[in-house]
Amino acid sequence: MVLLPAFGYLPVLGGDTFHLEAWQALWGRAGLHRSVLLSYFSGLITTLVALFIVVLFLAASQGTWIDRAIRRMVSPLLAIPHAAVAFGLAFLIAPSGLLVRWVSPGLTGWERPPDLLIVNDPLGLALMAGLILKEVPFLLLMSLAALPQLRPEQRVTLARSLGYAPGIAWLKCVFPALYPLIRLPVYAVIAYATSVVDMALILGPTLPPTLSVSILTWFNDPDLSRRFMASAGAVLQLGVTLAALLTWWLGEQGIKRLSQLWLASGSRTSGSTAIALGGRALLATVTLMAMSALAGLALFSVAGFWRFPDALPSTFTLDHWQRILPSVATPLMNTLSIGLVATLIAAVLVVATLEHAARHHLPARRAQWLLYLPLIVPQVAFLFGLVVAAESVAIRPQHALVVAVHLLFVVPYLYLSLSEAYRRLDPRWVQVALSLGVPPWRAFWQVRLPLLLAPLLTACAVSLAVSIGQYLPTLLLGGGRVPTITTEAVAMASGGNRRLVAVLALLQALLPFIGFSLALLIPRLVWAKRRQMRGAA
Amino acid sequence: MTHNLQTLHIKQMSITLAGETLLAMHRDIAPGEVLTVMGPSGSGKSTLLAYLAGFLSPAFQAQGELYLGDKRLDTLPAERRGIGLLFQDPMLFPHLSVAGNLRFGLPHRAKNKRQQVSQALEQVGLAGFETRDPATLSGGQQARVALMRLLLSQPRAVLLDEPFSKLDTALRQEMRTLVFGQLREAGLPTLLVTHDEADANAAGGPIIALG
Amino acid sequence: MKPRATLATLTAASLLSLAQPVTAAPPPEDWEAVLQAAQGQTVYWNAWAGDNRTNRYIDWVAEQMQAEFEVEVTHVKLDDTSSAVARVLAEKQAGNDDDGSIDLVWINGENFAAMREQNLLFGPFTESLPNFALTDPDNNPEVVTDFTLPTDGYESPWGKAQITFYYDSAQTDTPPQSIDALLGWVKKNPGQFSYPRIPDFTGSTFLKQALIELTDQNDALYQPVVDSEFEDITTPLWRYLDALHPHLWRSGRSFPDSGPHLRNLMSDGELSLAFSFYPTDAAVAVREHELPDSVRSYVLESGTLGNVHFVAIPYNSPHKAGAMTLANFLLSPRAQATKQSLDMWGDRSVLAINQLKESDQALFEQGDSHPSALPADALANTLAEPHPSWMTALQEAWLQRYGVN
Repeated sequence: MVLLPAFGYLPVLGGDTFHLEAWQALWGRAGLHRSVLLSYFSGLITTLVALFIVVLFLAASQGTWIDRAIRRMVSPLLAIPHAAVAFGLAFLIAPSGLLVRWVSPGLTGWERPPDLLIVNDPLGLALMAGLILKEVPFLLLMSLAALPQLRPEQRVTLARSLGYAPGIAWLKCVFPALYPLIRLPVYAVIAYATSVVDMALILGPTLPPTLSVSILTWFNDPDLSRRFMASAGAVLQLGVTLAALLTWWLGEQGIKRLSQLWLASGSRTSGSTAIALGGRALLATVTLMAMSALAGLALFSVAGFWRFPDALPSTFTLDHWQRILPSVATPLMNTLSIGLVATLIAAVLVVATLEHAARHHLPARRAQWLLYLPLIVPQVAFLFGLVVAAESVAIRPQHALVVAVHLLFVVPYLYLSLSEAYRRLDPRWVQVALSLGVPPWRAFWQVRLPLLLAPLLTACAVSLAVSIGQYLPTLLLGGGRVPTITTEAVAMASGGNRRLVAVLALLQALLPFIGFSLALLIPRLVWAKRRQMRGAA
Repeated sequence: MTHNLQTLHIKQMSITLAGETLLAMHRDIAPGEVLTVMGPSGSGKSTLLAYLAGFLSPAFQAQGELYLGDKRLDTLPAERRGIGLLFQDPMLFPHLSVAGNLRFGLPHRAKNKRQQVSQALEQVGLAGFETRDPATLSGGQQARVALMRLLLSQPRAVLLDEPFSKLDTALRQEMRTLVFGQLREAGLPTLLVTHDEADANAAGGPIIALG
Repeated sequence: MKPRATLATLTAASLLSLAQPVTAAPPPEDWEAVLQAAQGQTVYWNAWAGDNRTNRYIDWVAEQMQAEFEVEVTHVKLDDTSSAVARVLAEKQAGNDDDGSIDLVWINGENFAAMREQNLLFGPFTESLPNFALTDPDNNPEVVTDFTLPTDGYESPWGKAQITFYYDSAQTDTPPQSIDALLGWVKKNPGQFSYPRIPDFTGSTFLKQALIELTDQNDALYQPVVDSEFEDITTPLWRYLDALHPHLWRSGRSFPDSGPHLRNLMSDGELSLAFSFYPTDAAVAVREHELPDSVRSYVLESGTLGNVHFVAIPYNSPHKAGAMTLANFLLSPRAQATKQSLDMWGDRSVLAINQLKESDQALFEQGDSHPSALPADALANTLAEPHPSWMTALQEAWLQRYGVN
């Protein structure tokens, strides 16, 4: 669907021969190489930094109350949709943003916002910061889910008895075993970061923008012949994403070689203080940034006129909420119903697959790649193809079609967040149940599912958040007729009324937040009298 | 325990992995007899248990037949073999109460469930423990609940996978006496896998060495 | 994983309903039949939704349509009108020629040109709308011309826009009155003015405004671009922009996204001079706490670009009767007057007001005008839009020159 127009084939527009004009037009774009480099490097750098922060924190984390507190603060961040984080961050770091307001004019002497290019900077630093805010909680949660099966305490205790400092012991004995388990999530992060659209629209460079944003602009160009170039661009985007993945993979191989030297060097304490301090400080910074971004959204949503450099609005008003709330009932219901139905279907499919694999002792490693395809192929590329495909079999835009396309993204994330917990569950639980004469379906309902309740609910909350965050798929497959809180927010963003955008972004963040809260609360209530179940949650 | 006592027959069993034979056995275990299988780790003990209980991974190929009396078992799924399991951990379901765990093993049509459960608890000195959370029980108490759960499910044969290795020394002797006593009283053919000679001695039956 | 994918497809497919057969719409000339057929239809109106005022007006329209004509109107909120063009194109590509998902689209300029060129529009229907005559098309060519292209009855006029500048009188008291004076002004007030990044609609209009004032070959702008002359005609514009950019906001290394983004930057105090396509934009923003009440609006001395925006019906709309009923209602004096009110939207009427019945004329009389709004007579001097090919050509050239900083 994408490949054909890229080589000039799109009969409706009179393109019924194959040629390379689209590619020539693409190469002729001013700044194409910059767009490509931006997408490539921002994807790799953000993943590297996010992974670095997560690994450093895990190495430093000793299970003290402060570590647990930081951890607990990070998980809700996963719930906040990308667009909301991007809006919040832009409000925070812009020259007229909250940070500058709080220190001006006292510390800076600025009576007017400084004329500095911070948001939309040409190097994409603001975009990378935004991506890191979202990727850190994701990678941290994935790592925390995978860690217990490695019995990290035992490994660290052993290494410490040999004289290694705790942080170094973790890096040398736990991380090499952990990395293979979180490799797929890391790849998904790279793919996402190289092709992200909504965050790049809000925070990314503009002259030129990232490749994905350019492609979207070309697809939407009223000059319909741009479609050919857009399709060529989509193919190029796929290449950029694959190149970034390949680079990462080569890096993995290189580091594996080099690290043998370090692992075996016998160095036991050098750098351990830096790890202990840096790990916590970095993660705490990430968390605080995200929280302040949310606080900024909340402040703007009730702000009257707010002249620079006042630290607070001169008046507060509920006007913006009152104006928005009556019109969001339908979008909220749509968001919720689509998210819940997609999550339910995805949960059934994923649990059925995992149960099938568990019963038949299937390793289920290779075929995973197929599942992750929708996460790796850039959305802008294949969604237009899907629209045409749905049209040509006379399926009109409707809720069910939106649910179906959400499943493409919800299923992988649900699988990603549930499969480790599923495989990690001691097989002896089910063996005991069967040996007591209980049929497999009862063993599944009465043993496996209750034991997995907490991870299952968390996985559902993740997938609900993923569904709520979908913009392009909802817009395109719903034909715009299925408004959700996210499509409303982005449509409103194009009008740029910061206060109304803040209200919508907060509403957008609210639903997944409720989902995550329930995922944490329900197991606590259900297992109030079962100590071990609470510990496991 | 009213059912007929029967012998467990392991006939011409051999298990291979990728064409290589891991272990072979031809053996009967009489009612009330405990056959002890000893061997270092990696000698195939757990593979043997998985085969007998019906959990063998499809990566392995198994030949031979398994009978209980004249009923063939190796073609049946795990839940219909009537072979009970005790692991080194008590494996009490953490989401169920003590009574919930015991009832879990009771056959569906069993009568007087409540009474059976309380009798079983009484038998092992845990009377009145029905509503307790298993996580609040001591190691020895958990092991006793696990044993009673196994017996209430009315198995025809029992497999023991190093069931005492995680208990401290004092408790270990007490549990050996209890477990073997109960199994013998129930007249169940039992296969014990262990690397502890004291287990084998307490079991008092024949011993096979693997590996 | 394959069985799961198949299962997912099956599950999804079983939930999806297929398209229903469609009945043909009555011919536009038979208006009674149109009204008849419209009853009970649901009209999906695709309209840019970046402005809460527009949205609130469309909500009002939907209520009226339900009450008066039993037509249900659903606002499909767009962030960019071209995505509706893309949608109709995708439907045509898939052979869906009679059951499209869009019934009415808010449109003008290059989007209209593109849809016409690809035969994606239904028409001609405008002449058949009873209220169309109220625009006095014979004496108001702007309601039948869109960026120099004749509309040929394929789109119905809805409202009028004109470039209007606004400034913070607390920061500057001598705003520039021409494109030339603007250059001098930004040199004195560096970093306090900018225009939306091309290809934004408002930004592109600024380029055309500048070109009209700077070139001495104005006639050529109202013809399709001739490649060989383009360089010659636009040289003064590029020379001007080269001089202007270093003094713009962020030294011209970055540009705001859109017209509304300009308004935000004014609100934050980053800019002290900006412009909008809606003459009432600043006044409404002051009322809604977005701008300080020291903001004032004005129009350049030699006039500014203005245009009319329209509604059009895609060729494959299944509810053409409902869509025509809606287009006709939008042209009614009551709907036009409500739209023009500052409380609702503040978008100017396309009707020839002085030719309306007196009772209808009274609908358009506003109360005291807002101090931040334009004086009533300021919009007399409207410059006409160049041919749409100029928009595209200017955008291309701008991106080649300034698209990489």
